[in-house]
Amino acid sequence: MVVVRRLLYSQKAAPYLFIAPFVITLLAFWLLPLARTFLLSTQEVVFGQAAFIGLDNYQRLWEDRLFWKAMFNSARYMVLTIALLIPIPLVLAALINSKIGSDRVKAVFKASMFVPALTSVVVAGIIFRLMFAETGTGLMNQIVGVFGLDPVRWLRIDTGGLIALLALAMWRWTGVNILYFLAGMQSIPEEYYEAATIDGASRLQQFFHITLPNLKPTIVYVTTISIYGGLAMFLESFMLYRGNSSPNDQGLTVIGYLYRRGIEQNDLGFASAVGVVLVVVIMAINLTFLTLSGTFKKESAR
Amino acid sequence: MTTRRRITSLLAAGLAATLMLSACGGSEEEGGPDAQGRTSIDMWVFAELHGTYYEAMAEAWNEKNPDKEIKLDVTVFPYDEMHNKLQLAVNSGKGLPDVVDIEVNKFSNFVTEDGRTPLADLSEAAEPYQEDIVQARMDLYAREGKQLGFPTHVGAQVAFYNVPLLEKAGVDYTTIETWDDFKAAGAKYNKATGKAFGVASTDTNIVQPLVMAQLGGNLFDEDGNVTVNSPEVVEAIELLQDMQKAGALSTIPGGSPDIEEAYGPINNGDYAAIVYPAWYTSRFVDYMPDLAGDIAIAPAPVIEGGEVATVGGGGTGTAVIDSSPDKEFAMEWLAFAKLSPEANVAVWEELGFDPVNMSVWEDKEVTHNPENKFNKYFRTNLFDVLNEVKGDIGHFESFENPNLPKVDEVFTTSTYNQIFGDGVPAKQALDQAQADLENQLK
Repeated sequence: MVVVRRLLYSQKAAPYLFIAPFVITLLAFWLLPLARTFLLSTQEVVFGQAAFIGLDNYQRLWEDRLFWKAMFNSARYMVLTIALLIPIPLVLAALINSKIGSDRVKAVFKASMFVPALTSVVVAGIIFRLMFAETGTGLMNQIVGVFGLDPVRWLRIDTGGLIALLALAMWRWTGVNILYFLAGMQSIPEEYYEAATIDGASRLQQFFHITLPNLKPTIVYVTTISIYGGLAMFLESFMLYRGNSSPNDQGLTVIGYLYRRGIEQNDLGFASAVGVVLVVVIMAINLTFLTLSGTFKKESAR
Repeated sequence: MTTRRRITSLLAAGLAATLMLSACGGSEEEGGPDAQGRTSIDMWVFAELHGTYYEAMAEAWNEKNPDKEIKLDVTVFPYDEMHNKLQLAVNSGKGLPDVVDIEVNKFSNFVTEDGRTPLADLSEAAEPYQEDIVQARMDLYAREGKQLGFPTHVGAQVAFYNVPLLEKAGVDYTTIETWDDFKAAGAKYNKATGKAFGVASTDTNIVQPLVMAQLGGNLFDEDGNVTVNSPEVVEAIELLQDMQKAGALSTIPGGSPDIEEAYGPINNGDYAAIVYPAWYTSRFVDYMPDLAGDIAIAPAPVIEGGEVATVGGGGTGTAVIDSSPDKEFAMEWLAFAKLSPEANVAVWEELGFDPVNMSVWEDKEVTHNPENKFNKYFRTNLFDVLNEVKGDIGHFESFENPNLPKVDEVFTTSTYNQIFGDGVPAKQALDQAQADLENQLK
């Protein structure tokens, strides 16, 4: 016991002890697999036996049309989800945070927006798949039918599939993002608004000149995880198309392609190369974004 | 320091335990018979019907061999999941079953071009039954002189016509012999009713190879290189595309006749003619009860002066894992369960498939049994049709190529969707498939 006490009170050792669980997890479940993946990406693996083949996998990747298609799909999904899932929840959060409307109604609204985040993607994907069915009896086709239009073969055309994916993302993440923004807004001191009101600033001016600048750290955070989430999306598409194969590969994402080549086609080396490239791309985009948004600057230099 | 070490070792042990738990799902067994003299066999299948069938065959085996009973444990997985799981198990060498059903389009994933494979050679076990079995179906699962799997059925492609619907539109299905007849009949039916006649599958590669084989085409050249844009293949797909333009073929919800979304429309009479392998009988009986008494089975349309009348489509090769501790026992049981005459009678009676043991085809008592649920359902007898084309059942060589799974993937996700879904000219879509595949296989 003495040893433990000495350890816990030691200014040098204690911090390391406390961060040890995190560091060990990071090493065991992140850095080690990452290094192993890189190693694997230079190999050809057949039934558990690996042979070194250098950068061949990367060269094949570069010339692979489907990989670029998957990259395009993922990038498009990422850009569109960010375009939708930042401004819309931001405005909704501002409304909830404002003095308009009854608090009780707003609480119900907030809760109901958040519930989808608690459901499993698997269930949500199946439900959306049924809603966007190509038969005339599907929910979306009935809605379309109200406007006198012909049934749409939603999941068999590129835009239809994209709309379904974005709808799923909106349904699922709007509530979560609202919560992030609400938390950010509630930490902005009330005095700023009071001062602005006294100076005669309108509500809109207050939103653009007080709320938005003070919300910057939250927006940066949400954007960063959205970049990652968008590029690494897999399960939504997998469930929506009931498997990894979508017509014309319109729903193929980078992770989906990794899964196809590695798990479905038994080419783990090539799949690892896909994974390594994805990590590099995500890191590059995010680091650039974080640098540009000034997150890495010291507090005083901002 | 001891306490600290204990804490670290505790942490490490916890970590190791978590890792191990996630690494191996099942327990590894020693093999050999248990106290009651029963040998446990783990089996994976991807179709529920197959599972029921194997359980019946395990019972039949136990009746015949009370001295060496089998304790069969069948697990049914969804199609993709089972093959992926097997792939991972094979790569890690852990958590493998003893016996497994592998679909023909996936089979080549489990044997390399130079013959390396985790599957056992079944040649010896097949010996006693060899004579009566359709060799072409055995060849599907044979590589480098080794028999790696046993076939389930011939899967000869036939045509299923909805007779009342055709009669209403003035179409006589018995006059349909060639694809030209099929096209004319389809166009007429489509004009008369405004409804779809045949199916243009976008998500399966079954009917297209039939036409390719009839034209003498192949997806690979003699050295095994991909040639999916060879003249015969292009001609076959163009022929199908022309039929679609004429109204004789239409796409179907779900992308192929053999998927849940499609059973409803077919059952409703939205499609009047399905060309598919003989095993599709079971889908009619199980999923389309409203059509009982309406469907006639007829030979699949042919090409005038074509190479063959029909080919087998689809298929399941059942394999034994080479590293299984009960390998020998599993092989013996599997040969009984798949190749013996009694097994093949069961294949027809339980599953409605056309069995690979030809002696069954001749046995009128079995094939024309009026009590049989398949004979009750259909207007014509499947075996009358099969025996008519028997001598002319060809073999589509491409099915044996190690790269078939990749071709199949590209065809069923991109190429056929482009051609039948978006109307891209066949040649153009196939050229692109060729370019994609060449890069993938480099």
